[in-house]
Amino acid sequence: MNVLAAGTGGVNGVALAVFIFFFVAVTVMGFLAARWRKAENDQSLDEWGLGGRSFGTWVTWFLLGGDLYTAYTFVAVPAAIYAAGAAGFFAVPYTILVYPLIFTFLPRLWSVSHKHGYVTTSDFVRGRFGSKGLSLAVAVTGLLATMPYIALQLVGIQAVLDVMGVGGGPDTNWFIKDLPLLIAFAVLAAYTYSSGLRAPALIAFVKDGLIYLVIVVAIIYIPIKLGGFDDIFAKAGDAFAQTNPATDKPRGALAPAEAGQWTYATLALGSALALFMYPHSITATLSSRSRDVIRRNTTILPLYSLMLGLLALLGFMAIAAGVKVDNGQLAIPQLFEDMFPDWFTGVAFAAIGIGALVPAAIMSIAAANLFTRNIYKDFIRPDATPAQETKVSKLVSLLVKVGALVFVLTMDKTVAINFQLLGGIWILQTMPALVGGLFTRWFHRWALLGGWAVGMVYGTLAAYGVASPTQKHFGGSSDTIPGIGEIGYIGLTAFVLNVLVTVVLTFVLKALKAPDGIDETSPGDYTADAGDPGVMEELPKATAGAGH
Amino acid sequence: MSDAPEVNRPVVTPVRVVIAACLVAPFVAMLWVSSYARIEPTFIGIPFFYWYQMLWVVISTLLTMIAYKLWQRDQRARAAVRAEEGVAR
Repeated sequence: MNVLAAGTGGVNGVALAVFIFFFVAVTVMGFLAARWRKAENDQSLDEWGLGGRSFGTWVTWFLLGGDLYTAYTFVAVPAAIYAAGAAGFFAVPYTILVYPLIFTFLPRLWSVSHKHGYVTTSDFVRGRFGSKGLSLAVAVTGLLATMPYIALQLVGIQAVLDVMGVGGGPDTNWFIKDLPLLIAFAVLAAYTYSSGLRAPALIAFVKDGLIYLVIVVAIIYIPIKLGGFDDIFAKAGDAFAQTNPATDKPRGALAPAEAGQWTYATLALGSALALFMYPHSITATLSSRSRDVIRRNTTILPLYSLMLGLLALLGFMAIAAGVKVDNGQLAIPQLFEDMFPDWFTGVAFAAIGIGALVPAAIMSIAAANLFTRNIYKDFIRPDATPAQETKVSKLVSLLVKVGALVFVLTMDKTVAINFQLLGGIWILQTMPALVGGLFTRWFHRWALLGGWAVGMVYGTLAAYGVASPTQKHFGGSSDTIPGIGEIGYIGLTAFVLNVLVTVVLTFVLKALKAPDGIDETSPGDYTADAGDPGVMEELPKATAGAGH
Repeated sequence: MSDAPEVNRPVVTPVRVVIAACLVAPFVAMLWVSSYARIEPTFIGIPFFYWYQMLWVVISTLLTMIAYKLWQRDQRARAAVRAEEGVAR
């Protein structure tokens, strides 16, 4: 989309130069990362795919932050505020709720994964319930949900490139137009391939440093230029009060009206539950050195939520500054370009651009691990050695990225956004198996599979049926909750349905004496910590441990 | 699976109740949207709706920290008890 290139009047040379400077610096770091904390045996998936499981509190913090707060988040959250006001702010309560949740269940996952050498969530599900089918369902859901997420990172980079004026006008041929994006992704693919999880871990430092800098500057500098928050919110309030010709309702509000409150709460809760079901969040978690690193992280990760809240306020500033864009995604990049001196615009754009590379790398690694462990090893080559696993993973990480690139280049952006929306709904359906499994073995494996299927089907159909003024299908993620009548997040409704079906089926299956799978874990495994007997601290002797 | 007798360390203790309360509080506060869906009072021009939720980022962080410290203490105490039992066994 080149809505913007025309409006900005050519290439912003200074900004582009600064952007390229940071990009090159990060590329060099990405390749050098392979030598960082290098282990003797680098031919195992734990090395390439989990950074040797050696990261301490700070690296994990940066890695998780780099992973969860993506370029797309930085562009989309303020864009949602810009478009509709209060409703877009749900991202803040959502991230508040995430941390008490992970405080409760992630340490258990860490412990059991270290004890048994699990690399992915599906590894755990298979080990716990002794069901390859259930594990496959979790793996496929993870892959489906992660792919569009990677594609969205490209959308984030594209937005920045568009505002900088590279990407060309509507007349340039497609190759020149997409060349910058192709280069960015070729570089990303190359260092992920060679350095594995160490590359994004190291680059995350730069990314977050830049992002924090940009936000602190933006939140002080822009309000001063715009005459303070009073003015900003007054102008935003006026803009929201105006009637939107497409819907015949006001464009938005500064505080959610009665009707929007269910949606707000269910979106916050549903998204919080879903976040740590994503393979890439688990990859970052399992790469940490000890159980304690995770709990300690839940006490410092909220710093990012604060940042996200401030960032969201930029949406109001874009309105007050009179930024007019057709595509809401471009509101924030455009605001930066209008407000900042050129060189700092370059810094801000570099922050967003690098902010896309880090999660894209982690996501592709996570997706590759899932494929290798739970599809390739479980179904295609059960006797694969750790070295072969690593090789396959590296190749798949490339394929996944190429797939995302083709997706973004050939299809409309809304397709990626629709799929991302569905991905959130889907990934939430793996929660009963994963989190349920961490605390109890009461659920029957077939019941979990049944619940998952019902949740997936219901969520997909319900999302398909949501129309918006611009789209006939997939117009949003909220719909009427059956039985309650309020509008709520589809993912959460599907999740509740999923749990209900799982519980009922479990009773039925237990009554019918359906065979349980073999559980290879024992209660002590869930509380084991680094240093305990049997817990692999650095490098598990065989990554394939779970398969024996 | 070791079936060590758990009589002297019950699963629910006052400390654990406090930990649970610290972890549940953010859910109650954030999901009760009508308690904060308003504009007034504003803070340096920012409507209540926004600064209140950002304040909760800080509050929930403090609560999680308290939960973390209490949990650590709880675990250490239990580990000490276990070690004694281990000697006895």
